[in-house]
Amino acid sequence: MPHTKRRRLVTTAVAVSLGATALAACGSGDDSKAESGPVSLTYWTWTPGMDKVVDLWNKGPGKKEQITVTVKKQASGDTLVTKILTAHKAKKAPDLVQAEYQALPTLVSNDALADVSEDVDDVKDKFAEGVWQQTTLGTEAVYAVPQDIGPMMFYYREDLFKQYGLKVPTTWEQFAETARQLKKKAPDKDLTTFSANDSGLFAGLAQQAGAKWWSTSGDKWKVGIDDAATRKVAEFWGGLVEEGAIDNQPMYTPSWNKALNTGKQIAWVSAVWAPGTLTTAAPDTKGKWAMAPLPQWSADKDVTGSWGGSSTAVTTDSAHKEAAAKFAVWLNTDHDALNALAKEGGIYPASTSAQLSGAFSNPPAYFSNQPDFYTKAAGIAKTTAPASWGPNVNVAYTSFKDAFGAAAKNKSDFTAALRKMQDDTVADMKKQGFGVSR
Amino acid sequence: MSALAVHDAAPAAGTTPGTARRPPLRRRIALVPTLTLLLGAVYTLLPVAWVVIASTKSGHELFSTFTFLPGTGFADNIRDLDAYRGGVYWTWMGNSALYAGLGALLSTAVSAFSGYALATYRFRGRETMFNVLLAGVLMPPVILAIPQYLLLAKADLTDSYLSVLLPQILSPYGVYLARIYASAAVPADVVEAGRMDGASEWRIFTRIALPMMIPGMVTVFLFQFVAVWNNFLLPYIMLSDDEKFPLTLGLYTLLEQGANTPALYTLVITGAFLAVLPLIALFLVIQRFWSLDLLSGAVKS
Repeated sequence: MPHTKRRRLVTTAVAVSLGATALAACGSGDDSKAESGPVSLTYWTWTPGMDKVVDLWNKGPGKKEQITVTVKKQASGDTLVTKILTAHKAKKAPDLVQAEYQALPTLVSNDALADVSEDVDDVKDKFAEGVWQQTTLGTEAVYAVPQDIGPMMFYYREDLFKQYGLKVPTTWEQFAETARQLKKKAPDKDLTTFSANDSGLFAGLAQQAGAKWWSTSGDKWKVGIDDAATRKVAEFWGGLVEEGAIDNQPMYTPSWNKALNTGKQIAWVSAVWAPGTLTTAAPDTKGKWAMAPLPQWSADKDVTGSWGGSSTAVTTDSAHKEAAAKFAVWLNTDHDALNALAKEGGIYPASTSAQLSGAFSNPPAYFSNQPDFYTKAAGIAKTTAPASWGPNVNVAYTSFKDAFGAAAKNKSDFTAALRKMQDDTVADMKKQGFGVSR
Repeated sequence: MSALAVHDAAPAAGTTPGTARRPPLRRRIALVPTLTLLLGAVYTLLPVAWVVIASTKSGHELFSTFTFLPGTGFADNIRDLDAYRGGVYWTWMGNSALYAGLGALLSTAVSAFSGYALATYRFRGRETMFNVLLAGVLMPPVILAIPQYLLLAKADLTDSYLSVLLPQILSPYGVYLARIYASAAVPADVVEAGRMDGASEWRIFTRIALPMMIPGMVTVFLFQFVAVWNNFLLPYIMLSDDEKFPLTLGLYTLLEQGANTPALYTLVITGAFLAVLPLIALFLVIQRFWSLDLLSGAVKS
């Protein structure tokens, strides 16, 4: 009985507050009783060096509690979500999985993630509200413990900005002006590029502008990809691409690396993890970059979006949910664990207390010229706008790549591409059997 | 063979004008196919050259120096790859060799048995069976991966070596090739003669038919070996323990490390380069059997 109830709820309205109490009432508690005897858990994760962090658990608190965790390293991305769902279909999902925030609704609507609210509620205060909200999906259940976050920032070549007499933009209007000024002074250079390959970047920019791509009213979903805020963002970037003020080539390609390394592109809208990427993409320009808050839509605002970030979740297939939740809490709140995660895995922790201690008391080596890098980053992280994800983010992302890829290449209308993204997403949700209101 | 001989001999003789006129004509025609083939060779070899050259570049040089300028980091790349997580790369290489080697061997055996049976014996439903197999050739293995996973999950075999080996053993294309080859290379009268002499069916197959089928089976083995070696989706779905990963999967995890960690390009490129070497070696060794293929055809006609 509890199971059918949950299933129905989950399929009709995942991310909603409606019926949340009922959901919490028949949550995880009933199937995982107080355990005794040794427990062994498997954990799918892509974070590099996670095996070393887990070793700390297995030798320390895990030994005491007789809970052993085994890491099975995976490749990240949407394909992992598919793999988890396939395994879940065969009731063979691992006990713990790493999942990006935007993947949580998909996993929850397939009933793959367990509600661990009873085991993790007391650590809620360790995370920013906007971050925690992504793991509850707005219900009273909790489906994951936040691990890392990716608050967005503006990176620029300090030396070249000085050389061309450019000011660091604080609003998007100034950003456009800066791009134009640069084009005038050095026609072969670009301020940055609009990459139609990175859906997460666009989602973060829309999030900053106040977009709500998925929301619910009553028992129906509402898809707002084509809302005013997102349209503003699309028109802004589409306009810059059309007039040739910025480049239209995708990021993370060898030629993009080269453009950053040789100073052909002199700025990058990215997130807190950018130093790691720049270290390999643009090794010759070490120490020449600086970080600033993301430009704002109006001068009196102070808000950012997020790009990336993930959480640790317990699956419904796990036979030891309570033990798994215990480990997830330790991994993402314990001081030593977070320190090791930062050192071995290069993550930026979601836990606010860890953002300024240990590994984050000094700037990243690539940004040694900016001693207050992480102090600034922690301040920016606090301004992260709430995110709203739906059950088919992957479809929206694929549609983004197709539609915006073509639009960026042809320098054509971005709003038409946005409409296509909206229509594709709605059509897919209807096909999956979700109620969608217009 | 004979055409080549004439072609070589004709200019040397050079006596009759009739034969003297023909060779230049042949040569002019050969220009177009030669150019086409050369173009094809460049098209296919250029990416290989890129991998070879890129694998010699250090991470620093990879994106900053001219594409086809060899770098200085080859030894370091190999060392880094070897050091990565305690040499897990070599485990992947061993796994790939196991999946591809054993898988292709078993698959070739199954193909040889069934191909021979389909070619020599007449029984009810033979054509139906063959047609079903032909339909299987048209079915891309990719779409079977998930059903196969769900089946093997029922048998509790997922995340094991068997889960990758078992589905690859039956190769419809291999059976199809084996049947075509057996019916062409093993004459019915040879089988009949064996029976007259009182040999058992098993003996006829192993002692008479199989040796005649060897060149064809080498082709099946090679096809299957390359297919398994390069297979991605099946092991991706089946395996979660990265100690059991084949190379394709292992290199993929190096590329997709999450948004906050850059892809390990130099390791992946060096790894991909090393992963091609066994395939090249295999082709060089097995070429011998292919010339044998031409020869046996000549003898028969």
